[in-house]
Amino acid sequence: MPDTSQMTLPGFDQWSQEYESAVGDQKAVHNRSGLKVKPLYTPDDWDGEAYSKKLGFPGTAPFTRGIYPSMYRGRTWSQRQLIGLGLPEDYNRRQKRLVDAGASAISMIPCNSVYRGIDADQVDPLLLGTCGAVINTVGDMDICLDDMSIDTLSTALNDPLPFTMLAQLMIVAERRGVAWNKITGTSNQSDYISHYVANHMFFRIALPGSHRVLLDHIAYTHEHVPGWNPLSIVGQHMQQSGATPAQAMAFTLSSAIQYAEDCRNRGMDLEEFLPRFTFFFDISISFFEEVAKFRAGRRIWASIVRERFGVTNPRAQRFKFHAQTSGVDLTRQQPLNNIARVSTQAIAGIFGGLQSLHTDSYDEVLSVPTEEAARIAIATQNILRDEAHLTDVIDPLGGSYYVESLTDQMEEEIRAHLGAVEERGGMYKAVETGWIQGELGKSAMEFQRRVDRGEETVVGVNAYQVDKETEIPTKPLSRPNEKDIERYLEDLAEYKKNRNNDNVDKALDDLAEAANSEDVNLFEKVVNATRADATQGECIAVLRKELGFGSPLVSV
Amino acid sequence: MTEMPELQRPAKVLLTKIGLDGHDRGSRIVATALRDAGMDVIYTAPWQEIAVVAKVAMEEDVDVIGLSSLSTDHLLIPKLMQTIRDEGLDHVRVVVGGIIPEDEEQQLLDAGVARVFHPGSNMDDIVASVGSLAAMAQNDPERL
Repeated sequence: MPDTSQMTLPGFDQWSQEYESAVGDQKAVHNRSGLKVKPLYTPDDWDGEAYSKKLGFPGTAPFTRGIYPSMYRGRTWSQRQLIGLGLPEDYNRRQKRLVDAGASAISMIPCNSVYRGIDADQVDPLLLGTCGAVINTVGDMDICLDDMSIDTLSTALNDPLPFTMLAQLMIVAERRGVAWNKITGTSNQSDYISHYVANHMFFRIALPGSHRVLLDHIAYTHEHVPGWNPLSIVGQHMQQSGATPAQAMAFTLSSAIQYAEDCRNRGMDLEEFLPRFTFFFDISISFFEEVAKFRAGRRIWASIVRERFGVTNPRAQRFKFHAQTSGVDLTRQQPLNNIARVSTQAIAGIFGGLQSLHTDSYDEVLSVPTEEAARIAIATQNILRDEAHLTDVIDPLGGSYYVESLTDQMEEEIRAHLGAVEERGGMYKAVETGWIQGELGKSAMEFQRRVDRGEETVVGVNAYQVDKETEIPTKPLSRPNEKDIERYLEDLAEYKKNRNNDNVDKALDDLAEAANSEDVNLFEKVVNATRADATQGECIAVLRKELGFGSPLVSV
Repeated sequence: MTEMPELQRPAKVLLTKIGLDGHDRGSRIVATALRDAGMDVIYTAPWQEIAVVAKVAMEEDVDVIGLSSLSTDHLLIPKLMQTIRDEGLDHVRVVVGGIIPEDEEQQLLDAGVARVFHPGSNMDDIVASVGSLAAMAQNDPERL
């Protein structure tokens, strides 16, 4: 039954009765964040008088309608597709094709061996390059970027601390004669808190060491690579590992508060550093909820910057974010349906005001994406941007009674979660004790139960199933060629033998020494070691030894 | 018609991940569901070595090993199957959940994996299946 309290509009009572007699005893509808959704929203649900306070104009506080005055009329979002597969040569070939297909920025996912912080020669060759590009040395990075100009393309590196990929990129630039101040892009995986929470990156470097390496990275790039965004705070990991949209936004903002406080405690000027903070979110298929999540998050962050940190510079209040369509919503059943899902998710992100977008390939739930599927994902963005007229009007859902009411409700819900983290001493402590992990686990389980009970419809899974025979078969995937991997490993062995190993040892000793003294910048030492041709695995091994690695924070 | 074997004690399940990937939303949900169904679940952090998985399976006398693979770590599963056979754990049933490409699923089944669960699997189905595999393991003449 519709909530009839405080309804004042003429005609409402009559509609309400007619509605009830039409639908009978309908079950309450809740969104994924647990908020109740009414069948109809009217001016009674949103205080239009509050326009200036709650919405205002794009590019200015409270920023609900967008972070720039012109939004997509001025410049549309960047198309940033994650790519990583095979050897550096394979990455280079595929990335160049995506740039030709319309990608305006590049991104790089390394092989999982890099995430584990070990070199390619330390893992089972069967796994090499199967879900990310094999990048261990400056030479590998150079091949990845062959025939591409470092100074004009913005590069997003999926580069967890200590940021060896950025170090490699900087050395490639140096050797090509490109000044570091021409390099632009983002350290996409620098938010170590989200890695601990969602991916258990405990064995790279333990939490206290991670804390230091990140701050060194922020300080160093600020001075030497001023076009670089050293920190992308990631809600995507958390939502993918189970957080509701409201929780994902809240925990991400909690991390941002943590990092801002860490910077301030180290004596950094937040007026200068906050404009470099960027965010990265998941976009689920819960359409309006996602739009409201982004609008509310933008408003909350701007107010935190002003009120909590006392920073008035509008640039610092801008909630710049990249978003990726949610892989969890994709289905193995009838996989081509995923194209429709990705498109719907992408529109939610666009109406939410994103700055950069990755659209998933429809076959991501079957395997690492095939080239054809990756092309369709890019084409989806081209269609939405150039055909559908989605970019004609700024914040086109603004003013909808429902969307404004939901944005307010999401804000309240997000602030409640922010308060819960605050009560536990902030994000670092809440992660250290495993509380956040527990919350995500509970939400993931609750969502699974809703799907199993049929309360969340998933087409092809718990509704509209078809016989297996009528499903359209997908293309077989290709795995890296065994011979190519063998050749790579031989080359790597040669590389390690032929480089000036005295220089490597000295640079790694320097890095170890720096880890044990407070006042040396560790990232500078990583860059030096990389210049001396140390591999990523060697740099991480040193830091892991000196700074320690953590233990799993798993709670089930 | 053969009779369905019955559980002699609560099903004991080791849930883990081998290889290089750390995403574990799926395995955590499965762990919770199996535990809620009264099973004895050992849950490890990701990135276990194959030899360690076999050792834990032996020491803890588990009935079922559940492996989660979201990227390509399933490529190592035939090696794991060989290792547990070498260790004399032929009675232990192995199930796999996650993103397993169609054309590679058969390789896992050929290597001795009892069942593969894909995204979208129903939790009740997983619980029932693991339960009956555990009963088979407990009643397997190979089990000492």
